[in-house]
Amino acid sequence: MNVSRRIVLHFPPNMTGQPVVCRLVKDFGLTFNILKASISPGQEGLMVLELSGEQKNYDKGVKYLTETGIEIQSLSQDVVRDETKCTHCGACITICPTEAFSLEPRTRKVLFDHNKCVVCGLCVKACPPRAMIVYF
Amino acid sequence: MAKTIAEINEKIRKGKAVVVTAEEVIDIAKEKGVRKAAEEIDVVTTGTFGPMCSSGAFLNIGHSKPRIKLGGGKVYLNDIPVYTGIAAVDIFIGVNALPDDDPRNKFYPGEFNYGGGHVIQELIAGKDIILTATAYGTDCYPRKKLETLINIKDINEAILFDVRNAYQNYNVAVNLSDKVRYTYMGVLKPNLGNANYCSAGQLSPLLNDPYYKTIGVGTKLFLGGGIGYVAWHGTQHNPTALRGDNGVPRRGAGTLAVIGDLKQMKPEWLVGTSMLGYGCTLTVGIGVPIPILSEEILRYTIVSDADILAPIVDYSEAYPQREPDIVGEVSYAELKSGNIKVQGKDVPTASLSSYPKAVEIANILKKWIENGEFLLTEPVAPLPGVESGITSKPLKERPIVG
Ligand code: SF4
Ligand code: SF4
Repeated sequence: MNVSRRIVLHFPPNMTGQPVVCRLVKDFGLTFNILKASISPGQEGLMVLELSGEQKNYDKGVKYLTETGIEIQSLSQDVVRDETKCTHCGACITICPTEAFSLEPRTRKVLFDHNKCVVCGLCVKACPPRAMIVYF
Repeated sequence: MAKTIAEINEKIRKGKAVVVTAEEVIDIAKEKGVRKAAEEIDVVTTGTFGPMCSSGAFLNIGHSKPRIKLGGGKVYLNDIPVYTGIAAVDIFIGVNALPDDDPRNKFYPGEFNYGGGHVIQELIAGKDIILTATAYGTDCYPRKKLETLINIKDINEAILFDVRNAYQNYNVAVNLSDKVRYTYMGVLKPNLGNANYCSAGQLSPLLNDPYYKTIGVGTKLFLGGGIGYVAWHGTQHNPTALRGDNGVPRRGAGTLAVIGDLKQMKPEWLVGTSMLGYGCTLTVGIGVPIPILSEEILRYTIVSDADILAPIVDYSEAYPQREPDIVGEVSYAELKSGNIKVQGKDVPTASLSSYPKAVEIANILKKWIENGEFLLTEPVAPLPGVESGITSKPLKERPIVG
């Protein structure tokens, strides 16, 4: 059976230089599509992947990733904005790795594009009035 | 053409005052010229809505039977410790206060989900708050323990008192190090990953009255959705800060201490706020009306984002170590474009104070004045100006001997 899932990889700083994703292809026959990556050498990195392949290979691949010290988060959750709580400050704009937030130029309101959100959760704690909510 | 506050109030009473926001006045003056605009406009309203850490509230909860002297004892509101250094049933809750068992930054970065600011917001929202207290007991105040719900509608007084609000200009925070920094200016990404600012710029109260010619002690204002007053100049008031040719400070300068009746205020304008890795605070809405007494006063209010410069400060090293160096200067127009250049790098910007909410506040105040519900006050004393020579001093540490 083939599966295709979206996952978020959190790389610890010592891992960001290593070719882990390539090994998913080579060793486990998986295919991937990088939806978003923000990694720079020597720092914590974040990558959102769409990973596809045979279920058993997929499981092995994920196991391999976990063993390398990468933290994996699945995207079966959802992040929504509580509109009554959002003050439209904008603190989230530069935090979100997928640019899900943008400024409406005229009113300077902060727009949230739910479709762009990959549920990495970074904005949730960075939002001062805690308007971004994770649903599990 | 000079007008007086009394004349403007007469027009407000008759519903004839011409009121515009500090944003609208910019285009009006461009179109009509400063002289004509100054003749026609009576009041310019300003607004700001940002985290203001020096806020807190005095509450008088009324006397229990038998009586308890909370002064010198220990009191908690929803597990948040409050100040009990005054009298029997007056307490002060500060917005930075945290539950005793909050892990703080032990698990770095601390989340700071609930603190004094959140209690204040819930109190105004009309929610019951749990008060627990222990006291030492005296002959006239025998009780030693108290556990009760309190509600804002039942307690005697609830007074918001903020000793430093509405900063006239502020730093733009960046991070030059290679590690994320969690600050009161938000999460700062490494290697100039972002730049956070916190001022409403052209709408901000003191940037529209740079020399404090109309705003003084006693000035009536919009505070947290209700009415408040300037109580004093704010702490760290620094009128002698570097200024541009237009008189506008290019560094953090003047501040206001404000006071008002918490019972009139609204939870949407006093918002409990959590700064990741830093602490809890309160986001406060303030709007100050500026009476257009002369052409000169109007000229100050037409300041636009392009004319206001702010210093860019490194919060990984210069700020914590109190080094005076700045990384550069940038205008609010550039900041609001979403991107600035710092050390040759494109840096995305974000704000901690809400511009749309500042606009809303300026418009609410405008409506109040237009409807004749809000009259202006004559300041009873001026704020210390440039001529006062006052500067905000750093702490000089001295060894304790003996
Ligand atoms: S940080 Fe939170 S409150 Fe501010 S604009 Fe983003 S979602 Fe809204
Ligand atoms: S969870 Fe927040 S930061 Fe992460 S992608 Fe969604 S909107 Fe962006």
